[in-house]
Amino acid sequence: MTLDIILQAAIGGLLMGLIYALVAAGLSLIFGLMDVVNFAHGELMMIAMYAAFVLWQVSGLDPLLLLPIVVVLMFGLGMGVYRGLIARALSVRFNRGMVQIFVTFGLAIFIRGAAQFCFGGEFRSITTGVVANRTAEIAGVFLPLPQVAASLVCLAAFAGLLLISRTEFGHALEATREDRDAVALIGIDRDRIFALGWGLGAAAVGIAGVMLATFYYVSPNVGANFAITAYVTVALGGFGSLGGALVAGLLIGEVEALTALVLEPSLKQVGMFVIYLAVVLFRPRGLFGTL
Amino acid sequence: MDNSILRRRRTELVGGATVLLALAVLPLPIGDVYTQNLIIITILFAGLAQAWNILGGYCGQISLGHALYFGFGAYVSTLLFVRLGIPPAFGMLAGGAVGGAGALLVGWPCFRLSGHYYAIATVVVGEIGWLLFLNWDYVGGATGVYVPFKGDSWVALQFRTAKLPYHYLVLGFAAATWIAAFLIEGSRWGFAWRAVKDDFVAARSLGVRIFPSKMAAAAISGFFTGMGGAIYAQYVGYIDPDSVMAGALSILIPLPAVLGGVGTLWGPLIGAAVLIPVSELSRSYLGGSGRGVDLMIYGALIMVVALVRPQGLVSLFGRRRGGADARAA
Amino acid sequence: MPALLEVDGVSKSFGGVAANVDISFDVAEGEMLGLIGPNGAGKTSLFNAIAGEVTPDAGEIRLNGTRISGLGPVACAAHGIARTFQVVRSFDSMTVLENVMVGAFARARGAREAMTVAADTLEFCGLLSRADRPAISLSPPEKRRLEVARALATGPRLLLLDEMLTGLTPTEAQEGVALVRAVQRRGITIIMVEHVMEVVLPLVSRAVVLNLGRVLTIGPPADIVRHADVIRAYLGDKYAPAA
Repeated sequence: MTLDIILQAAIGGLLMGLIYALVAAGLSLIFGLMDVVNFAHGELMMIAMYAAFVLWQVSGLDPLLLLPIVVVLMFGLGMGVYRGLIARALSVRFNRGMVQIFVTFGLAIFIRGAAQFCFGGEFRSITTGVVANRTAEIAGVFLPLPQVAASLVCLAAFAGLLLISRTEFGHALEATREDRDAVALIGIDRDRIFALGWGLGAAAVGIAGVMLATFYYVSPNVGANFAITAYVTVALGGFGSLGGALVAGLLIGEVEALTALVLEPSLKQVGMFVIYLAVVLFRPRGLFGTL
Repeated sequence: MDNSILRRRRTELVGGATVLLALAVLPLPIGDVYTQNLIIITILFAGLAQAWNILGGYCGQISLGHALYFGFGAYVSTLLFVRLGIPPAFGMLAGGAVGGAGALLVGWPCFRLSGHYYAIATVVVGEIGWLLFLNWDYVGGATGVYVPFKGDSWVALQFRTAKLPYHYLVLGFAAATWIAAFLIEGSRWGFAWRAVKDDFVAARSLGVRIFPSKMAAAAISGFFTGMGGAIYAQYVGYIDPDSVMAGALSILIPLPAVLGGVGTLWGPLIGAAVLIPVSELSRSYLGGSGRGVDLMIYGALIMVVALVRPQGLVSLFGRRRGGADARAA
Repeated sequence: MPALLEVDGVSKSFGGVAANVDISFDVAEGEMLGLIGPNGAGKTSLFNAIAGEVTPDAGEIRLNGTRISGLGPVACAAHGIARTFQVVRSFDSMTVLENVMVGAFARARGAREAMTVAADTLEFCGLLSRADRPAISLSPPEKRRLEVARALATGPRLLLLDEMLTGLTPTEAQEGVALVRAVQRRGITIIMVEHVMEVVLPLVSRAVVLNLGRVLTIGPPADIVRHADVIRAYLGDKYAPAA
């Protein structure tokens, strides 16, 4: 195993890590806001991937150009899911924790079935685009451009989330996160904040999905594969912490890539699982978790 | 001294005996294999859901990785049979023991995690197990293990000529889990868990000690789940990580309990009676084309019941428990 | 006779605010002690320290010579301390009998015994007729009695009552007083926290008066009502007797 190979894997891990970070950020946002773990998060990403695929197939446009459209769609979808489903789940007075878990699980299964219904189980992929199938070489390390572009976009999206957190809306989000019962007293419409929070979370994972679709297969089960990585990332970074999602995402991406080298590729997730369990047993709230 | 508790317990026992009797005679007039199979699977999952219910419903620790113990049971029993010739009638107990041990091992560090964190930790542990077994040649890896047929026998828990013995096997299994839940419900632990769920601070002030009882719940739940896995292995005749340890199974196991009513005696049974036939039938008639309609129905059912009847379907059949309905009203 | 409970130099601060400063007193077995003082005097903090909910920053609390401070509420319950809550905390999914059974399990060996103990305790507290009703269906004074019954079912040596008689009508207060007296006759030591003097002073044999986190005075009720500092603390300087 040469240094080249290790470096290659390490950089690849960083790139993927940024994507994981963005997916986790959306999840963390929603949880931080209203104590709901969205078990359909992976499926939301899958919807974004299919949306990108369909739009690309229909228009032939580069996925990067389709990004804004999908983001808006996902934002609306997130708000719709909140209004139609989650708001109802939150008002349940019985077994609330379990209801949330299983409502979003049911949604996940439903979406997966719907995807299969609409598109069948075959793997699809986006094959053209400005960065598709191109690789750059820097100092002996091969960087597939789709992955690079994806990670840069995700990094930008992350920066965007950070910017938003400094706006008034962001402050309202933070206030609602800290004391969701008291915010009504200062004129914050909690329901609206929740809906917008869901929209934002869905938009974030939507961005990740579109970028992922430029180099990863699109299929009904792709969400499930990334979902568990997302949950581990959020739990590792700490629910409710944006910075934690970034750090954890990068860490998980690295661990995954290096584990694939050391063990075999099919076991690449074992590394991140072990790290996750180790951290969470000593710091139950994750690395930076406040909830 | 008579009171509502004793009356309710008596009614439950009578109900349980009645249901057992009814299920015992149910398959006798049924001739077609498909229906017999459907009933067997339904009863098996009712038992599995009840086993999960002990930890997840009564004790309140929502495990989403229970397939791990199911798989342990299936593999232990099968490998003991294949490699050492130990008949599954005993292997079933060994499988249960390993399942219980696994649950203890997972529970011990994980019980300090709250709600969502605990659920995710169980998912992760389950995934690790699945990945490891998938890549472990000694247990057959992705290829799986075939259960060799050595002739009809109750010791080997194998019957090729008829499904009926399997029916009574799973019925016995489900009855055992029901009895375990019944006993726990009326025990010190049952009271302790309900008290902690209702008001943790008040429970503490009365000296209610939680951790040892959680471990006991985990052990019992894991034991029965492992046993169920062993029975499944004997019924199906083939096991592999995807069929006995996958994440999808971890979701399926608690689902009847969630649908029917977690933390109740009848919830898992009612939930299984509704969910398993619906999902099996929709898969047979609609899923074969791979068009995902069965998944859509499945998912929609879960969402609807979770939202409309979070107390579970069991609440449709009258009062659950003093005060529960009033609180939910 | 050695004291059942020894509070020894207990101090506790919360975020820079001193709730209890160097509190010391003993409680003899079988005694009924009042813990009184104006609002903010530190009664609740001390109460919680004895019950194990809070760990003192300094000092020790001993039950029968054994240190119980810092052990937590579950251990304190195991040592024989039971408490009620000022705002009633009932187990809402359970019936009255089941609520008390949770307490009974502290000493009972099994569900049958717990049921018997619980029924007996309910009868003692005058709630047996309500045994099968949901706990949430009780009236407020009945809920207070349920709190007491549940705590009693644990078979405690020391019972801590948190403002049990506050806010009751005169009739209800009378019934409450009768219950407390009956509990004492069983040999259980009682500490009553109250902030209304005329309710508690007729009941207790001694009272500890707290003010601003410190012990103001300890003594029999007759002495306390005449104590100049006590009057000053409750009513202000205007009412203090002329020096």
